[in-house]
Amino acid sequence: MAIPKVIGTETEYGISAVGAPDFNPVLSSSLLISTYAGALRRIRWDYEQESPLRDARGFEPVQVREPAEEDLGLANVILPNGARYYVDHAHPEYSTPECASPRQLVVHDKAGERVLERSLIELHHVLPPGQRIAIYKNNSDGKGNSYGTHENFLVDRGTPFGNIVRDLTPFLVSRQIYTGAGKLGAEAPWDDRDRHRYQLSQRADFFEAEVGLETTLKRPIINTRDEPHADPDKYRRLHVIIGDANMSEVATYLKLGTTAIVLKMIEDEYLPDLTMANPVAALHEVSRDLSCTAQLRLADGRRLKAVEIQWEYLERARKYVEQEDDTPDNRDVLQRWENVLSALESDPLSLQRELDWVAKYRLLESYRERDGLAWSDPKLRLIDLQYHDIRTDKGLYYRMAATGKVDRLVSDQEIEQAVMEPPDDTRAYFRGRCIARYPDAIAAASWDSMIFDTGKEALQRIPMREPLRGTREHVAGLLDRAPDAASLVDLLQA
Amino acid sequence: MPQEQEQKRIQKKGGGEEGGEGDAGQVQSTSKAEELKGEMDEILDEIDSVLEENAEEFIKSYVQKGGE
Repeated sequence: MAIPKVIGTETEYGISAVGAPDFNPVLSSSLLISTYAGALRRIRWDYEQESPLRDARGFEPVQVREPAEEDLGLANVILPNGARYYVDHAHPEYSTPECASPRQLVVHDKAGERVLERSLIELHHVLPPGQRIAIYKNNSDGKGNSYGTHENFLVDRGTPFGNIVRDLTPFLVSRQIYTGAGKLGAEAPWDDRDRHRYQLSQRADFFEAEVGLETTLKRPIINTRDEPHADPDKYRRLHVIIGDANMSEVATYLKLGTTAIVLKMIEDEYLPDLTMANPVAALHEVSRDLSCTAQLRLADGRRLKAVEIQWEYLERARKYVEQEDDTPDNRDVLQRWENVLSALESDPLSLQRELDWVAKYRLLESYRERDGLAWSDPKLRLIDLQYHDIRTDKGLYYRMAATGKVDRLVSDQEIEQAVMEPPDDTRAYFRGRCIARYPDAIAAASWDSMIFDTGKEALQRIPMREPLRGTREHVAGLLDRAPDAASLVDLLQA
Repeated sequence: MPQEQEQKRIQKKGGGEEGGEGDAGQVQSTSKAEELKGEMDEILDEIDSVLEENAEEFIKSYVQKGGE
């Protein structure tokens, strides 16, 4: 039986400066984060449990890890909502806390945007006059450089990795038709850079392999990084690196919600074989097909459109949910999934309220028509970029949302609450509440442990290897009874 | 420009030009698409008021190296 899908996203934000010729993105990202942390106590991230080069297929690491960012003194904090906010190479990165449903994930993914926006406001108080930093939730600079938005899913260690590769690849290739964030331009190495065509996906151009460990070059559709951040005998953390950064709540919801159900079906061996003849070529083709009608070849000789491949998954998912996993959350995902596929089949451009790639395309097309611009006009590139601006008063997605032109799934109030409070029903609750309650006693923390300095000779490590333990239900009473970290540790060890 | 023609062709295809069964549904959804397009036109002025100045310079300076 499939295991519950604990999920999360990690978003690397684009960062740029206006009026600062000697702009250093690494230091600026660090300053951005430490400024936000402000009153919050900086807590050292515990790397002991991390091994990003371990491979899910059982390979030995092939290269040494670069010096950890924290060795350079760069900001790396855990927030009271259970999220991690840190510098990844040259970007500020926000990892949501572990969430137990796609709707909760949307709330926390959006809360991440608010954290970045607030950081920016704080930072602008300390920057020299005339200087300004801009932050974008997208995945490409339009010049061949990409940065990631990764999804994480808890999966059963017992599921053969080969099954995940076989059954998830056609899904990831075809889901772009609703997860794409849209992009003006072509950046694939083989494509003509000066071609100003619009694509569904920000990321597709940067993928060149079917399976592999890399995330920065020769990117694979299925990433094999094997760092479960949980009991390694029971769990994998599937690291999906192919997704776009979505502004649309509907797109984020579907991206995580449908993929979680598909992974459950993979664990329960519920899917037909939809192996594609050439997944990498199909990925690029789907991204370049605004009509969503391109026929993709399967290994068995059939030719199906991306939307037809998605229907195959949805049909199976309906049966699966009905027979094995009938929850209101799942039924809602299925309903929205079906609505979007129906519209994609009849008229993709009618989905501007739901999907990023359609909304942005519409915006570009309307603007271009009004001013009689060529597709190569830099103004259109600017609109593409500013769609992803995280400032609610300047970002074009946000201007559309403010005037009721996009569909929302969650309320601003929920998002605001998630800036400071963890989800109730995962271990993020324990992490976040400990950060809020005992900031002075936390020596280090990671996804699957907290280390307390309670004044005793030895530090006290509390392992958190079960992502669904440490919820409000499990530990709220305990936390209430522990006025300080020492009594918490005593209670936990009793 | 050939690219522009290509964009237009794709858009028309997306608009559901193919005939055959389900025509009514397609006409209906196309008119919905037209209506939505009108909605988009409404906010162009607002977009002008928030767009960064000097698009060319701004886009040229937006370079992201490193990540993941």
